[in-house]
Amino acid sequence: MSTGFISAAYIVAALLFIFSLAGLSKQETAKKGNTLGMIGMAIALLTTILDPRVSNVLVIIIAMVIGSGIGLRLANKVEMTQMPELVAILHSFVGLAAVLVGFNSYFDAGHSLDTIDVLDAAMKIHLAEIFIGIFIGAITFTGSIVAFGKLRGTISSSALMLPNRHKMNLAAGVLSFLMLLTFVNNGGSDTALFLMTIIALVFGWHLVASIGGADMPVVVSMLNSYSGWAAAAAGFMLSNDLLIITGALVGSSGAILSYIMCKAMNRSFISVIAGGFGTDVVIDNDKDYGEHTEVQANAVAELLRNAKSVVIAPGYGMAVAQAQYPVYELTQKLMNKGIKVRFAIHPVAGRLPGHMNVLLAEAKVPYDIVLGMDEINDDFPETDVVLVIGANDTVNPAAAEDPTSPIAGMPVLEVWNAKEVVVFKRSMNTGYAGVQNPLFFKDNTQMLFGDAKDTTEQISKAL
Amino acid sequence: MIIGIPKESLKGENRVAGSPSSISALIKLGFSVQVQKGAGTQASFTDEQFTNNNAEIVTKQKCWQSDIIFKVNAPTLDEVALMNDGATLISFIAPAQSPELLEALRAKSITTLAMEMVPRMTRSQSIDALSSMANIAGYRAVIEASHHFGRFFTGQITAAGKMPPAKIMIIGAGVAGLAAIGTAGSLGAIVRAFDTRPEVKEQIESMGAEFLEMDYEEPEDTGSGDGYAKEMSKAFIDAEMALFAEQAKDVDIIITTAMIPGKPAPKLITEKMVESMKAGSVIVDLAAAGGGNCECTVAGEVTDAHGVTVIGYTDLVSRLPNQASQLYSNNLVNLAKLLSKRKEGSKVEESNSKESNSKESKAEENNGIFTIDFDDIVIRNMTVVKENEITFPPPPIQVSAAPAPAQKAKVETIVVEEEPETLLKQHGIKVAGIALFGWVASVAPADFLTHFTVFVLACVIGYYVVWNVSHSLHTPLMSVTNAISGIIVVGALLQIGSDNTIVQIFAALATLVATINIVGGFKVTSRMLKMFSK
Repeated sequence: MSTGFISAAYIVAALLFIFSLAGLSKQETAKKGNTLGMIGMAIALLTTILDPRVSNVLVIIIAMVIGSGIGLRLANKVEMTQMPELVAILHSFVGLAAVLVGFNSYFDAGHSLDTIDVLDAAMKIHLAEIFIGIFIGAITFTGSIVAFGKLRGTISSSALMLPNRHKMNLAAGVLSFLMLLTFVNNGGSDTALFLMTIIALVFGWHLVASIGGADMPVVVSMLNSYSGWAAAAAGFMLSNDLLIITGALVGSSGAILSYIMCKAMNRSFISVIAGGFGTDVVIDNDKDYGEHTEVQANAVAELLRNAKSVVIAPGYGMAVAQAQYPVYELTQKLMNKGIKVRFAIHPVAGRLPGHMNVLLAEAKVPYDIVLGMDEINDDFPETDVVLVIGANDTVNPAAAEDPTSPIAGMPVLEVWNAKEVVVFKRSMNTGYAGVQNPLFFKDNTQMLFGDAKDTTEQISKAL
Repeated sequence: MIIGIPKESLKGENRVAGSPSSISALIKLGFSVQVQKGAGTQASFTDEQFTNNNAEIVTKQKCWQSDIIFKVNAPTLDEVALMNDGATLISFIAPAQSPELLEALRAKSITTLAMEMVPRMTRSQSIDALSSMANIAGYRAVIEASHHFGRFFTGQITAAGKMPPAKIMIIGAGVAGLAAIGTAGSLGAIVRAFDTRPEVKEQIESMGAEFLEMDYEEPEDTGSGDGYAKEMSKAFIDAEMALFAEQAKDVDIIITTAMIPGKPAPKLITEKMVESMKAGSVIVDLAAAGGGNCECTVAGEVTDAHGVTVIGYTDLVSRLPNQASQLYSNNLVNLAKLLSKRKEGSKVEESNSKESNSKESKAEENNGIFTIDFDDIVIRNMTVVKENEITFPPPPIQVSAAPAPAQKAKVETIVVEEEPETLLKQHGIKVAGIALFGWVASVAPADFLTHFTVFVLACVIGYYVVWNVSHSLHTPLMSVTNAISGIIVVGALLQIGSDNTIVQIFAALATLVATINIVGGFKVTSRMLKMFSK
């Protein structure tokens, strides 16, 4: 197959990827977008395999069959509540692949170095590309694994607070940069490269370990972005435009998602990445917030029966309790009674951007009654009952009212403006941000303790 | 200070500006209250009930001598003459229509707050007597209609035959219109409603009525920014009239509530339309006092026009005197709370918003003395006479109202706030980018430059493509980009043919993990997207 043809196929594939991402911006075109992505990928893979420079097709096929098997298994088996974990672990694969490709590229280049003793600019740039590619790949790799562990609960989700962590991060960066200079100037150096890889691996681990669980949506999309840059770096070292384009697309899209998430939390991107959330603030748990009122499922059912307009504000707790199906069942019952039911989704509810939407979609909740924070915040004063199911920090009035709160200034769902608020919660423990929630102590708030799934089912029954 | 509540002198007025509960609330605020003898009789409040709540029952003369007068209707010039110089008056005034009254009040330095001038804001909702009265009028309009309508509202199938449900059209979905929708709906009628402001469609539907839409769109926004509808263009009115004409043939009852503040009510139901209605139909015209929405309306009376009963009562609210008085007097109590707050710098504004939270502190802040604070736009807007100066009309204020302009305003402020920063950032990045690019370009081979160009352009494309992603699709987007970033497999594939065994093994491994990514990512995305349904 001619190089011209390969280039053309790559262009087509790149275009398809762009259309794929564009398609995913709207519900109506999302499925088409996904299909376009698959076609693009198929074209790219077939063309590459048919490339005359590629041999060992048997090995490729074996590796790909195994990989496909694992991938399909993971994708079919995953629960929607575990989506964040899956996405995180998939990112680590891209990171690993980037590291491996980088090393290969270096070894190959090493060969040519022996024969052609040139240290021209092109070579230097190539070496820098390899170095940077491995650096990003390694950070993505360990970072994603830590994110995976945190989301899964195998690693403590609270932020790891090593002393001098900012200095350590800085030192890792400076050290890596010095290595880069050595590596490039010496025309490649195994020691520098390995040392840097180790530093990057530790750096990636520490980077994510020091970010609290509540910021995971940002971390996941940030790692998504990194995996893209890693692919782009690989594209540079291999002079492959398809990789560059795709990597850049993924990289910038991940960066934008992270930015959107950060804006939703009123936090600067830098401070999230540097692990600053909830650290320097002394949390005053002794403050007297007053008494909370407890309520039983039957009383909530009664409340709902007399309501005209109900808003449900779900959070991570709904995902944990797998309560999305009972919640929708409840929704349907209420709607059949002519009660207007809508869902209010905070942009950072859950542990993944759009996590709640995916869960509600799984339970077949029609997406036109699922509204975003900006769309619904003005409607709370006209709402009779708000059911807060497993959400905490995203409905915390302290963000709006208490300037000393660690989450001050973060836009939240203003559920307290509704006539009645019922909070579904397991206990009076604080949310991920570790901040007490004055909402629970408001006069119009009632607490319904217990597993969200059980309590929701009880209410449905009582209706 | 002493608050006086005189008996209403307007003929047919049954309301009174105080109720037993409002009086005890006023006394709690530090006022003393005197009520004219027999003031509450028509509203079923006895003098005894008032005295039980510590009000004093006094003669007409004495009552009018109070420091503050609470009233429902505007006082007559004779009544103004009874008042003390420098007193305060709170009641409906109709300031635009009654310049003589304003002049009389000014001459006696009577500070006057007009209850119809409450701006439509969240904060002032508790004072908004127009809304609380409109709610009653809307309810009563349906009751009056059913009284004159010789049929059931609800459809019934009985052994003696089948009766279709009544069809009701309600024009204008303000507070009165919405109350009428609710009442008519609960009686079992089929309710359709129309309003010139398309944004109230949701409110209409939330009350269980059908929103009548017409095939014409007003180019501009139809709210006037103060929460009320404004006058419409000619083309709009034509389309509107066509819709009404068509509906008139079909519906049994029409309730009109279309009023434009300070202007005569628009004529929406022509005599021809009335003629086209079925015999026995009913029209209730809530705008009768302002000239009526129907050409056949006679203000204050029930008339028969072409076999259709046209109800032009102007005293619908007064027909529910007990609760109308209660609601109105509660509005007055809330206003009294606002007025008697001790002023400390700009704290007034703040303490208002925290009103609900600080019940204890309120007792301290209220001292039974009125302060007219022109910094508070609610009070500024309501005050039509301050001491010896007429302060009507107030400076225009834009309050909440239609959601569309509010959003626009929000967007604008955001833009204003962010622009300098992002501009700075953009410039900084631009300069740095140009410098870096210049340096790289000067040392790098052409080949690298081509790749770099591709890279930069792809970043820009990614930026524009992804920016508009709807929030609910963030997760699928992420898993798709994840799958796509598995494209790194291409790199591994190109290396797998290497002679170096280590490279081969690494490449195979990279191929394997990247394939997991590709297949897993696409698969899970399609699984997710399948679940999204409307």
